[in-house]
Amino acid sequence: MREGEDEWTGLMRQAISGDSAAYHRLLRAVTPVLRAGARRGLARAGQPIDQSEDVVQDILLAVHLKRHTWDVNAPFAPWLFAIARNKLIDALRRRGRRVFVNIDDFAESIPDEPAAETASANEIATLLQTLPPRQREVLQSIAVESTSIRDTAAKFAMSEGAVRVALHRALTSLTAKLREQ
Amino acid sequence: METEQLIRTLAADNPRRARPVGLILTLALLAAAPLSVAIFMMALGVRPDVMTAMHNPFFDLKFLITLALAVSAIVVSLHLSRPEASLKGWGWLLLIPVGIIAAGIGSEMMMPQRLPMMTRLIGSNSRICMTAIPLLSLPLLAGALIGLRHGAPARPALAGAIAGLISAGLAATLYAAHCTDDSPLFVATWYPIATAMVTAVGALIGARVLRF
Repeated sequence: MREGEDEWTGLMRQAISGDSAAYHRLLRAVTPVLRAGARRGLARAGQPIDQSEDVVQDILLAVHLKRHTWDVNAPFAPWLFAIARNKLIDALRRRGRRVFVNIDDFAESIPDEPAAETASANEIATLLQTLPPRQREVLQSIAVESTSIRDTAAKFAMSEGAVRVALHRALTSLTAKLREQ
Repeated sequence: METEQLIRTLAADNPRRARPVGLILTLALLAAAPLSVAIFMMALGVRPDVMTAMHNPFFDLKFLITLALAVSAIVVSLHLSRPEASLKGWGWLLLIPVGIIAAGIGSEMMMPQRLPMMTRLIGSNSRICMTAIPLLSLPLLAGALIGLRHGAPARPALAGAIAGLISAGLAATLYAAHCTDDSPLFVATWYPIATAMVTAVGALIGARVLRF
């Protein structure tokens, strides 16, 4: 087991009990590992590894929307890597590749930083354009402009609750659109 | 969008808590059940001699078998709704109803019977059995699939097949109240054929709708 996996489990427990800062830290901690695994998997399938960031974002969305299927008494890493494998297989299938996903692509990978020119993925950016305007505006305000939920609410004259709902719907429909592709 | 931006967005959405799969599955099945019950009451109805039939242990055994199937399938489906889970160590639960049927056949064999074995096996309702169980299971299958969509099964077709077992088990529980064939030999022959049809449909649909 990699060092830090126990720490992931602890962070995820905090996240589940409502600590969004712990959740943020956890997602930042696992991303380099997911990136390395995605690159390995893509390389093994003969795919250009510059698509890895799309796969990473796909995994992060699935982790987010399915985190209620994680058992708080189980270690976090096996659950995370199962989601990651599933999403990598999906990504390769969508690209019409025969699928070879090694179980250890994720579990044994060494964290990878994004290569400067591939840090931004395009898949989600493209799908963003298909969202209803209000959802898109809220998502962009929070993601791109880094505005807080409260300030986003003030900006669009919405309640904070409505912003949260729009944000969640935006994430759910992005995931659904990714799946349909 | 940069990954860093996505992460920030997900963290902002953290207070949003999803309900456990078990709760959603229960609600979806409870919502679907009245529809199956309505179809049952309109098309079949409880057999007229139900009050006397209840004193026949082999009549009661049918419900034990079908409910054992439904319950074990629900337990397995909830386990499989976690992405890192596999059937290993859990698949044997699905053999519980099979074991109960086998025990039923065994005890029937030890009792004196008025009808020969083949007559009991073939019964008089086999065709209704094989149509009614799949039809009654359709609303429940939809409910089970909707409930399990809330999970994250690594093998969607397998999870769909288990959804088929849940709905077939519940539909067979209804059907058993109508059917006058109580011999475990009948149950062991025709119920599994009906269940297999529903399971196959569940696997086919599940492969598409249970991907996450």
